[in-house]
Amino acid sequence: MEKINPMNYLFAAYVAIWIILALYLYSIHSREQSLREEVRRLRDLLEKKSRQ
Amino acid sequence: MDQRGQARLDEFLGALLFAGMILALYMAFLQAPREKTMGDLQRIFYFHVSSGITGLTAFAVNFAASVMYLVRRNRWWDHVALSSAELGVMFLSIVLVTGPIWAKPVWFVWWTWSPRLTSSLVLWMLYVAYLLVRNYVLDPDRRALVSAVFGIVAFVDAPIVWFSIRWWRDIHPAPMLETGGLSPSMRPAFYTCWAVFQILFIYLLRRRFFLEASRQEVEWLQRRADMVS
Repeated sequence: MEKINPMNYLFAAYVAIWIILALYLYSIHSREQSLREEVRRLRDLLEKKSRQ
Repeated sequence: MDQRGQARLDEFLGALLFAGMILALYMAFLQAPREKTMGDLQRIFYFHVSSGITGLTAFAVNFAASVMYLVRRNRWWDHVALSSAELGVMFLSIVLVTGPIWAKPVWFVWWTWSPRLTSSLVLWMLYVAYLLVRNYVLDPDRRALVSAVFGIVAFVDAPIVWFSIRWWRDIHPAPMLETGGLSPSMRPAFYTCWAVFQILFIYLLRRRFFLEASRQEVEWLQRRADMVS
């Protein structure tokens, strides 16, 4: 069986850490964006209704 | 603090985190000496252990916030509890992924049902269940109440994870700082990584908390829009 270089495991571990952190940051960012848009849409709607 | 102050604090924490991460990587890969037995592979330790401690800190915050919610019945505490639970799951995911990657070349297995590994997996599953349960309770006050009780009960496993390597024989290494297993020359790198992960936790906790506050604002605006129409 071919022996795997331990450095590959070190590399894999740090890549995994950055992927998990990046995915989590992306998920927070996209949720922030969609909520911001929703707040804007509802405020516009309320403003329109109050003018009518 | 007003919105501008919050934004400035976020910018400051973001800059501190960026500089801290570069320093942590420098300390873990260049400043810390090469370990005698495992060689460079041991450098996984700096981020793996820091993630584990930060994950347990997050669950401790969830526990304290859950108790505070039951005492005060204020949704602010429920937002803190939810945010910290989600972060705890994220940090423990890092531990549960990097652990097996480190274990394979050292123990020759990816996973073994040792007390530390098993209790950590159970803890992760408990808080994933906590996050899932929240989606099934529609009434916000009831959801906060059920989650607070769940969070308090789930936290029982956290001390078991922490003390498992002290209470039982385990393939997982003994606590290195207490037993002197970590060389003094490696300690600055470890403390730097640990501190940077704590800053990361505070930064993400703030962002996740404000996300939840925005969600509450959407609920409130939606109710107002329904009443007006």
